[in-house]
Amino acid sequence: MAFDVETVRKDFPILSREVHGVPLVYLDSANSAQKPQVVIDAEADLYANHYANVARAVHTLGSEVTNAYEGARDKVAAFLNAPSRDEIIFTRNITEALNLLAYSLSNATTFPGAERFRLVPGDEIVVTEMEHHSNIVPWQLLAQRTGATLRFIPIDASGPNSGRLVESAIDDVINERTKVVSFVYQSNALGTINPVKRIAARAKAVGAISIVDAAQAAPHLPLDVQDLGADFVAFTGHKLYGPTGVGVLWGRYELLAQLPPFLGGGEMIETVDVGGSTFAVPPHRFEAGTPMIAQAVALGTAVDYVTAIGMPEIRQHERSLTAYALDGLLTIDGLRIIGPATAIDRGATISFTLPGIHPHDVAQLLDEQGIAVRAGHHCARPVCVRYGIPATTRASFGVYTTTDEIDALVRGVDTVREIFT
Amino acid sequence: MSESMYQQIILDHYKHPQHRGLPEDFDAEVHHVNPTCGDEVTVRVKLADGAIVDLGWDGEGCSISQASTSVMSGLVIGKPVDDAMALQDTFLTLMQSRGNAELSEADEDELDDAVAFEGVSKYPARIKCALLGWMAMKSAVAEAGWGASAHNGAGKIADSAGEPG
Repeated sequence: MAFDVETVRKDFPILSREVHGVPLVYLDSANSAQKPQVVIDAEADLYANHYANVARAVHTLGSEVTNAYEGARDKVAAFLNAPSRDEIIFTRNITEALNLLAYSLSNATTFPGAERFRLVPGDEIVVTEMEHHSNIVPWQLLAQRTGATLRFIPIDASGPNSGRLVESAIDDVINERTKVVSFVYQSNALGTINPVKRIAARAKAVGAISIVDAAQAAPHLPLDVQDLGADFVAFTGHKLYGPTGVGVLWGRYELLAQLPPFLGGGEMIETVDVGGSTFAVPPHRFEAGTPMIAQAVALGTAVDYVTAIGMPEIRQHERSLTAYALDGLLTIDGLRIIGPATAIDRGATISFTLPGIHPHDVAQLLDEQGIAVRAGHHCARPVCVRYGIPATTRASFGVYTTTDEIDALVRGVDTVREIFT
Repeated sequence: MSESMYQQIILDHYKHPQHRGLPEDFDAEVHHVNPTCGDEVTVRVKLADGAIVDLGWDGEGCSISQASTSVMSGLVIGKPVDDAMALQDTFLTLMQSRGNAELSEADEDELDDAVAFEGVSKYPARIKCALLGWMAMKSAVAEAGWGASAHNGAGKIADSAGEPG
């Protein structure tokens, strides 16, 4: 069936509400996406009809809930085209997924058999200047714990390459000293889509582990972990129309099987003795304690939902919206796009500034017109520093966004400009 | 659309800020920042005979922070310090009212243009913007030696410098 945004919108109850007496125009999906009724129902249904703890109960409910939880793992594995379901680890969100890796890597310092993951002074960890704080701070802390050095692939802040990585710097920053390369697929602040295969191949060539932060990519474009060629890919559920409190880390099995655990506790062990413990095989080695059962199951439903619409269709819809929005916004006097100014290799997230008007004023006045956008540094402060600005206003789109809503945004921003002129 | 947070008075003060500029002759200077919006304001005060005889400021940031500092300046210059502190307290109460302030007529008269910020109190993320200049004024007065140990430190001093020039 052809993609029809009006049909999609009917699936999202919140889109029919009003804000300040006008219909809600929700353009903050990159922050968190709204939920379709099927996802809301899936969580409620699990609690109402099938709830018990997973993995350890032999009774009927225990079996039902375990099947539902492990079924969600199957759905996520298929969504990512992962070679094995055992490569899917449920985490609390992407921040926890990235911290899991950073702490497992430092646990390698003393963990038997994990020599290949050890970092020592002189080793380098590489991220990019367009990372979200959750893909900077865990690595700063890992560098602090191990004595390794954190390096950044720079971005251009002007010219035709504005908002993109400096291509010529990639092979220089990723070199024979590099042990870990962790980078964002699609920037949450700029909308830029990075050359993932190119960077993953460079990391592989120098023998470094590559990690892809796909938080902003998973909701917007087809993900194929085998095609990307990276070692780890992580995303979060709530941006993919799923519940809060659940994220995913995919990793190549061979690596997961050797990586030391992060959190210790129930379900992650093989046997526990007062003298020491041995650990379960992946994925359970990395899922200590009672997991986010209902949320993981509802994330499986969200994956079914977007898969039924079709990720290529969603990508196409959002690509048209992005081009339409860039055209519209650039008609506004003085408006500056922070990030790539064309729809090529960029996602449906557009940051901008208006001369003399603070982004918080823009966002507040848009809210008074029913339009929800984000203002601030988007937890990616180095991007703002690079552009020499304190903050931006950001509009981000999703499967349910319409051209009418973008028209409302453009009118709204123009109204803001008039109020301050 | 419901009533805008951006009253005309606020926009006027933002576009035409009053007492903006740092006077050469001052007793204390403070610099306050609001990390939420990245707003910054520097305030210099001059006290004499128990009154604020001069106050000037410089800053950048959102319209709420800059307009509120402008309004504050106009209200406190020439006031006895005790009255300025009482007014600061009334404004703080207004900002903490979540949009349900019950001001007496006398309070409204005293607050004058500052009443326009009542709408801001409904938005927790923006209250600090409106309070920035007022908190800086309070700190600057304390820095200048007013009340010495009585100062309760309600304002966050990010950085303070400047001896009488």
